Amino acid sequence: MTLDEALLRSLTPAVLGILVRRGADFAAAEDAVQDALVEAVRVWPEDPPRDPKGWLVTVAWRRFLDATRAETARRRREDLVDAEPEQGLAPDTDDTLQLYFLCAHPSLTPSSAVALTLRAVGGLTTRQIAQAYLVPEATMAQRISRAKKTVGDVRFDRPGDVATVLRVLYLVFNEGYSGDVDLAAEAIRLTRQLAAAIDHPEVAGLLALMLLHHARRASRTTAGGRLVPLAEQDRGRWDTALIAEGVAILQAALAQDRLGEFQAQAAIAALHADAPVAEETDWVQIVEWYDELLALTDSPVVRLNRAVAVGEADGPRAGLKALAELDETLPRYSAVAAYLHERAGDRRTAAKLYAEAAGKAANLAEREYLTRQAARLNN
Amino acid sequence: MAKYLLLKHYRGAPAPANDVPMDQWTPEEISAHIQYMSDFADELRAGGEYVDGQALAPEGTWVRYDGEGRPPVTDGPFAETKDLIAGWMVIDVDSYERALELAGKLSAAPGKDGKPIHEWLELRPFYGTAPTITE
Repeated sequence: MTLDEALLRSLTPAVLGILVRRGADFAAAEDAVQDALVEAVRVWPEDPPRDPKGWLVTVAWRRFLDATRAETARRRREDLVDAEPEQGLAPDTDDTLQLYFLCAHPSLTPSSAVALTLRAVGGLTTRQIAQAYLVPEATMAQRISRAKKTVGDVRFDRPGDVATVLRVLYLVFNEGYSGDVDLAAEAIRLTRQLAAAIDHPEVAGLLALMLLHHARRASRTTAGGRLVPLAEQDRGRWDTALIAEGVAILQAALAQDRLGEFQAQAAIAALHADAPVAEETDWVQIVEWYDELLALTDSPVVRLNRAVAVGEADGPRAGLKALAELDETLPRYSAVAAYLHERAGDRRTAAKLYAEAAGKAANLAEREYLTRQAARLNN
Repeated sequence: MAKYLLLKHYRGAPAPANDVPMDQWTPEEISAHIQYMSDFADELRAGGEYVDGQALAPEGTWVRYDGEGRPPVTDGPFAETKDLIAGWMVIDVDSYERALELAGKLSAAPGKDGKPIHEWLELRPFYGTAPTITE
């Protein structure tokens, strides 16, 4: 038997929830579940259990008791926890949901919430998370341990705010794929699991948004790692099954008539996905969705993206006019200005702006892309 | 989450406020300075924000390619080099503001008379990964 690691990890939140319901404190329970996962990876390939979840609960609970006893002995106190556990009263989905809330608690910084979510809900090891974020394992271990302390006194049975959970999952997805762990795929898995635990149109909206972007992954970069802009992507390489799923999830969410920013973003991604060639993109509708998005968020980044869409829908002059109302210090402002100026026929200004944008890029792939654009216009 | 490099210079940075050279401090003042740096790194480790820290010897060599089959050319060190890096620390933090706060704290390391040296540090962002969702 080869170990289905995704299945194993999908059991993590339910097992952890059961331990917490039995009275284990969150931090100790979380350690015990990690131990049980490691044990499962070691034992299951040779000796697969009939009831994987029951096996994990038993092993994790034993680990928890051992650790508690050791701790108690060390402190020369009486053995506090030796009673037979009570059975959990609530179904797994509630536990899973509570864990998402806890790990994205507003008292945590974004990086702590991300790390804790990936470990306690995602079942990833500290080493895997450290590798994904390119920091030493000891640093990530400290980050997680502090995060657990921060939420140590948070009541497990209080409902949290879905919006904070969605922001954490969005951050994980956007980090993409930098190490051994595919964070985009992991974010999708965790968002699917969340969507199964709660019926909420923005959870569905975020899941749709992720699926629609993930569908384009193969076409987004060349084999050598160069960025390929949307208009030049080989649409034959888009994953049509993922697109169909994303669109269906989005339509069901929109039908609930409770629009939110992730649904609006997904709608824009769906309109791009719907165009068989770039020239057939329905930019007029995309501008309308950006207007919806602005009404919901009023974010300067959305205004910038809207200017691009206006440039496509009503021509580059209209795009430049929309751009003129925005703050020039916005990230990617120069890149957008360069694009619109080239479309308007002013190659010289465009080249200058592309070079300027390259100097301000926040990542190497974008810098190289923008430098090439400048070079193309200068030659 | 973003990584930043805190660069410490032997020379090239603007003069610090408490600008007495280290060899004119008392041994206790030197120890206090080194202890401060070490405590600072420990705090970063405990806070889950530490990535790396290294110190560099002042003497370096310039090296360049000199054509197929030939050994590289070496030169220097050049006395006129204005900028000389003494070492660095790499941090992984939630915001630029947090990076500024930490750099400010490191710059408060004690020098002569136990007073902060107000040393200038250079703060440089790392390139991150390209975000998946841009439009």
